[in-house]
Amino acid sequence: MRAVSVEEAVAMIPTGASIMVGGFMGVGTPERLLDEVVRQRKSGLTIISNDAALPGKGVGKLFDAALVSRLTATHIGLNPKAQQQMLTNQIGVDLIPQGTFAERIRAGGCGLGGVLTPTGVGTLVAEGKRQIEVDGRPYLLETALRAQFALVHAFLADYLGNLSYALTSRNFNPVMAMAADTVIVTAEHIVPVGVIAPDHVMTPAPLVDYLITNANG
Amino acid sequence: MDAQEIIARRVAQELKPGNLVNLGIGIPTLVANYVSPDLKVFFQSENGLIGTGPIPEQGLEHPLLTDAGGRPISALPGASTFDSAMSFGLIRGGHVDVTVLGGLQVDAGGHLANWMIPGKMVPGMGGAMDLVSGAKRVIVAMQHAAKGKSKIVKQCNLPLTSSRPVSLVVTDLAVIGFPDGKATLIETAPGVSVGEVMAVTEAELVVGDRVPEMKI
Repeated sequence: MRAVSVEEAVAMIPTGASIMVGGFMGVGTPERLLDEVVRQRKSGLTIISNDAALPGKGVGKLFDAALVSRLTATHIGLNPKAQQQMLTNQIGVDLIPQGTFAERIRAGGCGLGGVLTPTGVGTLVAEGKRQIEVDGRPYLLETALRAQFALVHAFLADYLGNLSYALTSRNFNPVMAMAADTVIVTAEHIVPVGVIAPDHVMTPAPLVDYLITNANG
Repeated sequence: MDAQEIIARRVAQELKPGNLVNLGIGIPTLVANYVSPDLKVFFQSENGLIGTGPIPEQGLEHPLLTDAGGRPISALPGASTFDSAMSFGLIRGGHVDVTVLGGLQVDAGGHLANWMIPGKMVPGMGGAMDLVSGAKRVIVAMQHAAKGKSKIVKQCNLPLTSSRPVSLVVTDLAVIGFPDGKATLIETAPGVSVGEVMAVTEAELVVGDRVPEMKI
């Protein structure tokens, strides 16, 4: 793990990159990283995020700045700008069930080719997918999902990069921290090694590539 | 009692002591208002919490403690938090006893459509498909009709949420179940006759000799 400034971290992201962004309706989203992505105008992005949050909040900021070309999400109904960009074909949107979204990312991070889920069998979600029977029950084969970058927000990060999350801000952050080539983390608090007890580490340090330093650090 | 309160009060009667329950957005959220704390029901919020509590007083909200709509909530003593893979493992894995969802249409075979109106409303399914596929019991809480049109239809013409039928539908006029895969009138709302329910229901309903009123 290397500690870097937010400017330095975002400069590593090329235009058109695929990026997983942690958070659920903007809760548990690395806002400082997204603000910098907007400032450096990284465009043509493929975003993988549970939702589109709200205008001005979380990944919503990327739609405000029209930086997204593709989105994989589970729900975008609360962001009218993302809805409008989808309906006018400015962005391509792949909407998938939330449990499937979590498991495809988990599979991507765990060396699995995909997962078999009953969710979506017999619905629009099944179109174009392989259906496989196991013990007489039908399942859909949902393939693994990975990205070039994961932008993760933790509650605590220690000097080595061990992470813990708070309350409902954990959501997709731990699975995304497993499923990207480069993992960049912001934390509410950066603390000495040992403050997060081994049993309370939710993302182990070797998974973290870059930790964003405090703004005035 | 308004329509929403009738529905919420009746759904609340379906919850058993110790149940793990997921409430969707809208009318389902109101169900929690009519569940006694003595019942020790656990409410799950699919963004990663079991043990959701009431909305905190203004000024006491925590920015990292919200419901699935992003609104501030509280956590009760004994609550637990987890990531989204765990949250949907609980849902898909049959660990959630009851899920209560809103609906756009339910058909005569108990199939639910509640996530999309093609060309009009394409918000995404969020957790609905996993909840309907995996929870032990699926209860739909919705108005019986919208703009004069029955939401209990012969066959859904909106995209289905799951091929698995729901367990129960509770509306402002009736409770409908699906024994043997057929929509069956189980109860009527207070002061509503069987004839009145039939008149505003597009799907054919199986009706027994005596249909009791909801006791709410």
